[in-house]
Amino acid sequence: MSPIHYVALSVILFVIGGVGVLVRRNAIVVFMCIELMLNACNLAFVAFARMHNNLDGQVIAFFVMVVAAAEVVVGLAILMAIFRARRSASVDDANLLKY
Amino acid sequence: MSHILAAAGHGGTNTDFIAEETIYWILAVASVGAALAMILVRRAVHCALMLAVVMLSLATMYAMQGAPFLAFVQIIVYTGAVLMLFLFVLMLIGISSSDSIVETIKGQRMAAGLAAIGLLVILFLGIGHAAIGGAPASTAANGTGNLSGLATLIFTTYVFPFEVTGALLITAALGAMVLAHRERTSPKPTQRDLAARRLASGHLAPDPSPGVYALHDAADRPALLPDGSTSALSVSPTLSPRDPSEEPSFVRPEDAVPVTAASDEPSDELSDEPTDERQAISGRADS
Repeated sequence: MSPIHYVALSVILFVIGGVGVLVRRNAIVVFMCIELMLNACNLAFVAFARMHNNLDGQVIAFFVMVVAAAEVVVGLAILMAIFRARRSASVDDANLLKY
Repeated sequence: MSHILAAAGHGGTNTDFIAEETIYWILAVASVGAALAMILVRRAVHCALMLAVVMLSLATMYAMQGAPFLAFVQIIVYTGAVLMLFLFVLMLIGISSSDSIVETIKGQRMAAGLAAIGLLVILFLGIGHAAIGGAPASTAANGTGNLSGLATLIFTTYVFPFEVTGALLITAALGAMVLAHRERTSPKPTQRDLAARRLASGHLAPDPSPGVYALHDAADRPALLPDGSTSALSVSPTLSPRDPSEEPSFVRPEDAVPVTAASDEPSDELSDEPTDERQAISGRADS
């Protein structure tokens, strides 16, 4: 199995995640789609690490995981704060800064 | 799976060709299908489950590609911690909040689809132009083992990013605490206030508990009042209460047979039970 297969799969997953971010209205689902995109990037990193026969790609994937965890924590806390103020998890309802 | 992990354990890329190809195609179809389902299903909880499928498939792929450490980190951190956090917040801010179908921006889905196709084409052209060779037979960097190789890299070349990561995690934890903190604007009600409120409401006793019957004791069974009617207070408002009179085999108190009479024909009771269970299940699926 050549790494190109894994890279192609990661591209497909990344695009699906991007569509989800664009289409879905529920902010939690948008977050999940962002996680999907990060996971797709990790798959590409691991595939390239294997192709280049070194471990740097895996280290970067590890860092991506750490940053994703931090991002989820802060993002979900922001979501909770918005939900408390607006009683909704829809991205359309947080529009106070519009205009 | 154990075969893959065992092979990945001593640092090579792993399985023989046929096995890897088979597992790759199974996992690829599963993960793409789950990812598509994730953006198509309405309810956020189903999205989380689909995301779990994608993450577990990716973890197996990491293990297949000589990254057993990342495979386990993926399972522990993503499927364990991050998804649990997602589900936790989902339960907190309303499990029933499903997406609205209404397009708020006109033609947004069409535009998103076009953008996705464009991105897909651009990325695949990029990959096609890149020189991606075949994988070497075994990962030489894994010579002393994947784990010690990664540790050497993290604590030598990448030690500064690693430290910054620690600062980032502390900042994230503090930020979550600050954002989730709610300032109390009114004093906390004391026991005296609560007792006064309860007396003023005129409803001293706690709400009745749901009904417990011979065949059913689910939480969505309303309790029967002495006159045979059901009590709406006994079922949590988030559940849809089930009307016991709708179920033919349900034994109402007024036509309940005495124990001695019931023991005369036990075969009837036994034959009744499965159909009743089936009805209960189909009723649950309907609601």
